[in-house]
Amino acid sequence: MKRSNAPIFWLLFGAGGMLSALLGTMLVFITGIAVPLGWPLRSTTMSYPFMLSFAQHWLGKGFLFIVIALFAWHAMHRIFHSLHDIGIRTGTAAKLVCYGGALLITAVAAASLLSLGF
Amino acid sequence: MIRKAVVRGPYVRPMQGWWRRDPFFVRYMVREATALAVLAYAIVLMIGVLRLAQGESAWNRWLDALQTPWSMALHLVLLVAFAVHAKSWFDIMPKTMPMMFAGGRRVAASTITRTGYAATIAASIALFALAWWWQS
Repeated sequence: MKRSNAPIFWLLFGAGGMLSALLGTMLVFITGIAVPLGWPLRSTTMSYPFMLSFAQHWLGKGFLFIVIALFAWHAMHRIFHSLHDIGIRTGTAAKLVCYGGALLITAVAAASLLSLGF
Repeated sequence: MIRKAVVRGPYVRPMQGWWRRDPFFVRYMVREATALAVLAYAIVLMIGVLRLAQGESAWNRWLDALQTPWSMALHLVLLVAFAVHAKSWFDIMPKTMPMMFAGGRRVAASTITRTGYAATIAASIALFALAWWWQS
């Protein structure tokens, strides 16, 4: 019997869902509101030198990669399984678009982060 | 006598607006829709690391883009959606996780949900404290 690949996608969905539930709201607040607005964090918080050294450290690099990749896999898995609910028939094409999209986001993030070096 | 068969297509039950019929379904759809916000934010961050890799001027243009009113409005929507996601994630967690036992009794659903809320609040405070500590 062919083994199902569903548990892998479900695991990524679950891990991404947990991480985004725990940290997502505050991350959006910090990067999208607090820093661009300059309140309550300074607008220089995400300056180029700081973010470069953050992304060059293995911890910062790993954090950024895990956040982007898991958020993408979580969202795409959920969207894929919701297509049926909004009347879109799901097949191989829909699966390719959804999981392919997550893979693309993961690949761009990985390539960018790796090119920054350690 | 020749009878002609009536050829009809199969009946397809219309599903337009099915989820608006019941508040339970509305909550379900809202929960599922938060995935769009999670996807959007993943793309925002992906563009961020891509710009970071492209150098200082590309990075600064990304920072400028974050300061536009459009970006602010988008992030306000994302903020609400992420909060809804976090709450609903732990609301349904007692049903999505394997049964948990403590002292021979099943752990109450409300305990699991409240633990999740508390963990989110603690993680948010810790993350903000880190950003506060690091701000330059």
